[in-house]
Amino acid sequence: MKVLVMITGSGADEDKIAPTEQMFVEMNAYNQQLAEAGIMLGGEGLLPTSTGAKVVFDKGVTTVVDGPFTEAKEIVAGYWIWEVSSLEEAVEWAKRCPHGDELTSSLQIRRLATVEDFGDAYTPEVAAQEDRVAATIREQQGA
Amino acid sequence: MTDARRTLDAVWRMESPRLVASLTRLVRDVGLAEELAQDAFVAALEQWPRDGIPDRPGAWLYGTARHRAVDLIRREQNRSAKYTVLAGTLADAPPADAVVDDPVGDDLLSLVFLTCHPVLPRESRIALTLRLFGGLTTDEIARKFLVPSATVGQRISRAKRTLAEAHVPFEVPQADEMPARLGPVLEVVYSIFTEGHSATSGDSWIRRDLAQDAMRLARTLAALLPREPEVHGLVALLELQASRFDARRDGVLLQDQDRSLWDRTLVMHGLASLDRAVALGRPLGPYTLQAAIAACHSRAARFEDTDWEAVVALYDALAQVAPSPVVELNRAVAVLHADGPQAALVAVDSLRTDPRMVRYHLLGAVRADVLLRLDRPGEAAVELERAALLAPTLHERDLLRSRATAARDAAGAPRPTDHPTTHG
Repeated sequence: MKVLVMITGSGADEDKIAPTEQMFVEMNAYNQQLAEAGIMLGGEGLLPTSTGAKVVFDKGVTTVVDGPFTEAKEIVAGYWIWEVSSLEEAVEWAKRCPHGDELTSSLQIRRLATVEDFGDAYTPEVAAQEDRVAATIREQQGA
Repeated sequence: MTDARRTLDAVWRMESPRLVASLTRLVRDVGLAEELAQDAFVAALEQWPRDGIPDRPGAWLYGTARHRAVDLIRREQNRSAKYTVLAGTLADAPPADAVVDDPVGDDLLSLVFLTCHPVLPRESRIALTLRLFGGLTTDEIARKFLVPSATVGQRISRAKRTLAEAHVPFEVPQADEMPARLGPVLEVVYSIFTEGHSATSGDSWIRRDLAQDAMRLARTLAALLPREPEVHGLVALLELQASRFDARRDGVLLQDQDRSLWDRTLVMHGLASLDRAVALGRPLGPYTLQAAIAACHSRAARFEDTDWEAVVALYDALAQVAPSPVVELNRAVAVLHADGPQAALVAVDSLRTDPRMVRYHLLGAVRADVLLRLDRPGEAAVELERAALLAPTLHERDLLRSRATAARDAAGAPRPTDHPTTHG
């Protein structure tokens, strides 16, 4: 099964700790462990929310909010996609992720949905849309 | 909802390969190493539910196993020269924490070169690799290969004895030996994968978890041997093939597959692995070339958009490094799409005299395809009937039979069961 694993922390804490070389070393070592376990299918670090923006749909009103999102309780700092044999295995790997002890952060683990998971909501129209999106992505990958 | 037993199973899968590797380095005997690892796990099963899983389970297991090793060797050292020697080396061994880290991955690599050693028969290499390098249990292996657990157990025991008797060293091959030694390792992983997705035992369902195990092993090898292009090529090949499993249900051919069912994550990761293989700048090997062919399909939005000229060129290259009639036949199919049926017929006919092709059902199937496009359905039907008789699985036989029927209908020939004179 594939899982998306997101490192999340509080928006208010974003600027509190500057990344140190030691943190990079530890995270690289952790990523190497994941690679050597053969479970790593992808992953990226994300730049702080000050470099990003949000589009908010609030009961019919659409607004754009520029970062930083200091009031947000959960900011995604990075993510991975892992292929694991069980949710329990994902949890055990997540527990080993390097983390500072000064702040609170989480690793949120979510299973990727498959075609079977969508059930009745997956109408032929939705399938056709998926087809077009998939074709576009494939062409981009091939370019 | 996480489950305690599954958590322990997960920890075994995560930790046992490195644990067995480190212990083998310590006690110089993979059989003994495995027993020590299992004993340590039994201790974990007793203590962890009570005390909680330790922060560093690998270090806990290694420390426990090493403790038992010291005890065992102390007891046995007066009775056996082997243990006397071990007692000496144990005294010099680095502390538990240092060994279990294995930063360069040499212990793990040494383990896989051991489990895939050419002195072992093929089935044994597969079983031993899945067990020691993959961290699967004997029962899991037995279930996936549809054989009794005892059979797998015996195979593994015999393999360990063979390795001990042959004094196979626990080491990573030198650079000059690497090409020769790496081949068998990649072959074992590829065998596990094909066992998991092709129909060799009379039915056609896809055993996905075996294919997953193989992909996981391949990725591990790629992380341990990042400068070996064929390892990345193998990862790419497996992932690009696996990306199509959902679309392949019931044996749907590539040209008919619903491409929206292809797994995009696997395609992306597979294409990235292929890029890595090629970027290493060495001549392309057979796995990388096959992956490149698979990539031509993965990149095409529809079957009609496939870059067939590229596929033909890649088969030409593959025929140079891994010549075989099967490669030539696949090339003929690519020629069909690139240059048309006349050129393809020439390519296929040049294979009919090859004695290795006489019993290969797909030769007839491909020739039939070509004949149909040349509007010669009667001859195509004959080829398909013959191919059906040679088919290795019931499923393929039925598919070929139904195609033969369709061809016969197209030719306007009566079906074998049509006997008007027998109807009242």
